[in-house]
Amino acid sequence: MNTDLQTFDVTVIGAGPAGLAAALEADRQGAKTLLIEREARLGGILKQCIHDGFGIVRYGEKLSGPEYAERFIERLPDSGVTVWTLSFVSGIERVGTDSFLTVITREGMKRVRTRSLVLATGCRERTSRQIGVHGRHCAGVFTAGTAQYYTNILGKLPTKRCVILGSGDIGLIMARRLTIEGAEVVGVYEAKPTPSGLTRNVSQCLWDFDIPLHTGKTVSRVFGDARLTAVEIASVDGCMCPIAGTEEIIPCDALILSVGLIPENELAQSIGVPLDPKTKGAIVDERNETLLQGVFACGNALHVNDLVDYVSESGETAGKAAAGSDRPERELLPVECDQSLLYVVPQRLDKAAAESERVFFFRSSADMDNALLTVSRGETRLLSKRYAHLRPPEMERLPLALSSEQLAGEEPLLFHLEEATHA
Amino acid sequence: MRDTIKLTQPKEIVCIVCPNGCRVLCEPSDGGVRYSGYQCKRGLAYAEAELIRPMRTLTTSVKTAFADAPVVSVRTAGEIEKSKLREVAGELGKLTLSKRVKIGDVVAQNVCGTGVDVVCTSDRLVQSL
Repeated sequence: MNTDLQTFDVTVIGAGPAGLAAALEADRQGAKTLLIEREARLGGILKQCIHDGFGIVRYGEKLSGPEYAERFIERLPDSGVTVWTLSFVSGIERVGTDSFLTVITREGMKRVRTRSLVLATGCRERTSRQIGVHGRHCAGVFTAGTAQYYTNILGKLPTKRCVILGSGDIGLIMARRLTIEGAEVVGVYEAKPTPSGLTRNVSQCLWDFDIPLHTGKTVSRVFGDARLTAVEIASVDGCMCPIAGTEEIIPCDALILSVGLIPENELAQSIGVPLDPKTKGAIVDERNETLLQGVFACGNALHVNDLVDYVSESGETAGKAAAGSDRPERELLPVECDQSLLYVVPQRLDKAAAESERVFFFRSSADMDNALLTVSRGETRLLSKRYAHLRPPEMERLPLALSSEQLAGEEPLLFHLEEATHA
Repeated sequence: MRDTIKLTQPKEIVCIVCPNGCRVLCEPSDGGVRYSGYQCKRGLAYAEAELIRPMRTLTTSVKTAFADAPVVSVRTAGEIEKSKLREVAGELGKLTLSKRVKIGDVVAQNVCGTGVDVVCTSDRLVQSL
């Protein structure tokens, strides 16, 4: 027998906002809980998100990222949660519905047996390789998150004059942040016709500091030997290809990329957790349990959120369910959406679930005014709801009570959006 | 007494108070302003303030004397005039903290005469590894 094997009811991987919430909730439910974090400090990406606006939904306050994280971190000492920092999960094996983890820690290798596993591994930024920026391999091409780490954690300004490609929220936040620190942001360039970030971030980050936003344009080439010296900007056609003759050269020392986030699911895939190609996260039921019994997913590992408040909620949902000691047989019903939505989460409903209220998260696939959302099963309409505005960057949360009668049979739930004609 | 608002052309203001990001349409009307498109009274108040005197919270970082945390995040404890954002940021850029402050500790009082203090928003200087 391996004496080094430690046993927990719930093990949470990742101590960002999702993992912190999941571990605290599992502990509150009475589960013996382990929280594993690879970095030295807890809080995940919130540590470097020093701007405010976190917690408006949850606390009715505009907190900075570190302040929001602290609301959870400060509860840990009074909880029973075991926390391992500077610890890295290098492998997972499944035996029945239990998971066995190999963890590399400061004290050496540890083995963990856990009844429930919660994946709160967050997401990664898309890089220049993934969007095909052409030109020299010179220094000075950063993802927005890396530029944020340099500026807010290391206290080193990574640029004096830069171009930002992509209008995701971190890019908008960094446009303002670098300007405040004295750098010149020549402009934010977005290939798509509309910005990818929240409308309020376009307003308070760009307009407040007179930073121009150019849509329908992309970076077609970078120049420089040791360090970036200029980028070439070009307009794009309907297929996102640069149009010849529209090029302009902008001298700068950095190109900062804010071109999307992808859920991090390497560990999930290593144990065969089925993923949703739309979200690139796990397929889950309303308790955030994946199709592998005893394995849960939450936060940005599940789908990329725009509000941390919903990340915490998702962690709590997973933590509560993971703490449950029974393993009831699930009767899973598919939840589907057509092309009018980018995605809907959860992708399954458990017909045997005790609670009738389910919470869905969805995004529209295009900007829509006066949109009508319908949820139906075959010919039966379960919900019609109007939205004044829907934008793909702005996720919607939809609580929906569904009775067991409404969920009888095998027909999937279908989410559909259409622009309603004005009455 | 309210400040008078002079508005000659319709203006759309994006409310930044909450994630809804309401687009508030402000239109001149009988010497005043007609507001539409907001979902709550905070949106109306925000749009009114934007037309009179826009206010913002500044979040930034200040240098420290400590190698384990060379900068620490701070913000204004209340809102300051938007037009003062750069001036206040520049002033805070001159500061180097020699004390290990924690969340809520004041790092600068009445910054640039705004009447607003600047407080620390991170515990990275006091957390042990």
